[in-house]
Amino acid sequence: MKKQILWLVAFAFSLLITNAVANEGVKLDKAPIDAGNEASLQRGAKMFVNYCLNCHSAAYMRYNRLADIGLTEAQIKSNLLFASEKVGDTMTVAMQKKEAKQWFGATPPDLTVEARARGADWLYSYLRGFYRDDTRPTGWNNVVYDKVAMPHVLWQLQGQQILKLDEKTESHTLVLDKPGSMSPAEYDEAVADLVNYLVFMAEPAKAKRMQLGLIVLLFLGLMFVVTYYLKKEYWKDIH
Amino acid sequence: MAENKLQKYMNDGLGWIDARFPLTANIKAHLTEYYAPKNFNFWYFFGSLALLVLVMQILTGIFLTMNYKPDAELAFASVEYIMRDVSWGWLIRYMHSTGASMFFVVVYLHMFRGVIYGSYRNPRELIWLFGVGIFLCLMGEAFFGYLLPWGQMSFWGAQVIINLFSSIPFVGPDISLWLRGDYMVSDATLNRFFAFHVIALPLVLLGLVVAHLIALHEVGSNNPDGVEIKKHKDPVTHIPLDGIPFHPYYTVKDLVGVSVFLIVFSAIIFFLPEMGGYFLEANNFIPADPLKTPPHIAPVWYFTPYYSILRAVPPILNSQFPGVAAMGLSVVAFAFLPWIDRSPVKSIRYRGTLYKKWLAAFVVSFLILGYLGTEPSNIWGQFGAGIPLVGGADRATIVARIFTAVYFAFFALMPWYTKIDKTKPVPERVTE
Repeated sequence: MKKQILWLVAFAFSLLITNAVANEGVKLDKAPIDAGNEASLQRGAKMFVNYCLNCHSAAYMRYNRLADIGLTEAQIKSNLLFASEKVGDTMTVAMQKKEAKQWFGATPPDLTVEARARGADWLYSYLRGFYRDDTRPTGWNNVVYDKVAMPHVLWQLQGQQILKLDEKTESHTLVLDKPGSMSPAEYDEAVADLVNYLVFMAEPAKAKRMQLGLIVLLFLGLMFVVTYYLKKEYWKDIH
Repeated sequence: MAENKLQKYMNDGLGWIDARFPLTANIKAHLTEYYAPKNFNFWYFFGSLALLVLVMQILTGIFLTMNYKPDAELAFASVEYIMRDVSWGWLIRYMHSTGASMFFVVVYLHMFRGVIYGSYRNPRELIWLFGVGIFLCLMGEAFFGYLLPWGQMSFWGAQVIINLFSSIPFVGPDISLWLRGDYMVSDATLNRFFAFHVIALPLVLLGLVVAHLIALHEVGSNNPDGVEIKKHKDPVTHIPLDGIPFHPYYTVKDLVGVSVFLIVFSAIIFFLPEMGGYFLEANNFIPADPLKTPPHIAPVWYFTPYYSILRAVPPILNSQFPGVAAMGLSVVAFAFLPWIDRSPVKSIRYRGTLYKKWLAAFVVSFLILGYLGTEPSNIWGQFGAGIPLVGGADRATIVARIFTAVYFAFFALMPWYTKIDKTKPVPERVTE
């Protein structure tokens, strides 16, 4: 009987493993992000406001929530607010959705919780995966998101990549054709900062959640010890 | 002196209430003089835990409705508002979303306990039927509640499930239209699902839970040996010899279970609220878009065994109805257990190997079907075109078909294998 159960469990596991192998899609790079690095989060926030927040909104994120990553209200006002926004406003954009759809062919999605929908690794690989493609209306394509409507907004920083076909292995690799204002290492770091910020913005309560979690678990551990001995005391006259 | 006076006042107060409402009598009947078998083991924690989760879902649900907006334009934003701007909103929301999944975890374990110890057998058939009712209600709650965040999975999941009703011959399309209140899932659907989720089903659920407990306390609890403790009572006090008062013995024991459960529950809430996409799906962080069908629509994990069965059954005469009927039957099948189990013993401890093999096969089928339901059916690729019978078919679909057959055989053949199985002698009294 036990042998049969073991055999069945082994069978179930082998199914899971074959699945893990079969499930490979586009290979994503691991995003080197650190939620505890405030300087990186602040650089990412600045980059987000400068480069993304023209077409993409973050309509559920309030500017003053940036206090969570160490920015003061005065810093937010002088560095990140441009027009008539107030510090308690959410990050909206002036661009109309209808017009955006005409210009790009697709409405740029709101990015507040994009990191929870896509994952950090996807964003990190995507933002580094643009290459020149003259068949596309924008002149850009992406290895992670084929035929994406978004042009390469960060091209001045990264430069221009092209997709090269390796005749021997029949695989494609990205090659930097014209360098940008940043070296490849600098660009990767800048994108990591941006992704770090996007992950923070998707769930600003995350740091507090983990901190509180430790205290709650400590309390419950204590409660377990107390209830365990209480039970033992009550039950000693049973049997 | 003062103590005696206080005692007297309290007794007078209690007497005043007891003359008007049977408070003491109820506390005695359901707690201090409800005698439960003394040999409950690990599996007996999950009933009280299910009650705990129910209370938690109701309380967190009340606070969520204070800020949630059941409106297709506002729903998604209001959930993010709860997650960001409402004080402790993120905690309440995570408790509710994790609670939904944990409700199914404890209820599945509670049901499994009932199966292995034969708790559904005479005289507890009605307890079991009320329980199946609770399970169905819970599935409804989960389904209706899942639409409310109005993400992509909410929308398309509801669309797929409601469309299933369209396959019912003749009246199907009208039923789907009636359920949706529109030609596709829309604001009207969201509004009525909200009503079902926050008031209609919770009322039914609470009623069924009360009935479940009243029926249980009428006949008394089963136990891991599957013997009736009421057969051997003390001749003077008429208390079952193997019974102990529920309070304080099982209240303090359940507190230990509650502590362990809360540790697991909190670890998920505070450190893994998405549970790798199984409790909160990544796609549901994209607002519902009726024009964009996600490439892969999967229900939340607790529905996936039945969803697998739905996909596994091939259409007949171009109708999906057989699959839908099989899915419905796979859930309702549990209700028949009290009458199709014909073994002379209740507990797995005294059953023979034949039953144990069937039960193991059922559990494995349930888990594999559950896993397959979370994945697209081409997950393992296709069989080569040259292979007879299965050539070109999705491997996962064929595997799902085999385990669907095992799933139903467990129920359909139960009258036979429980009857011919070699059982062991059952003791007169509980063994521990």
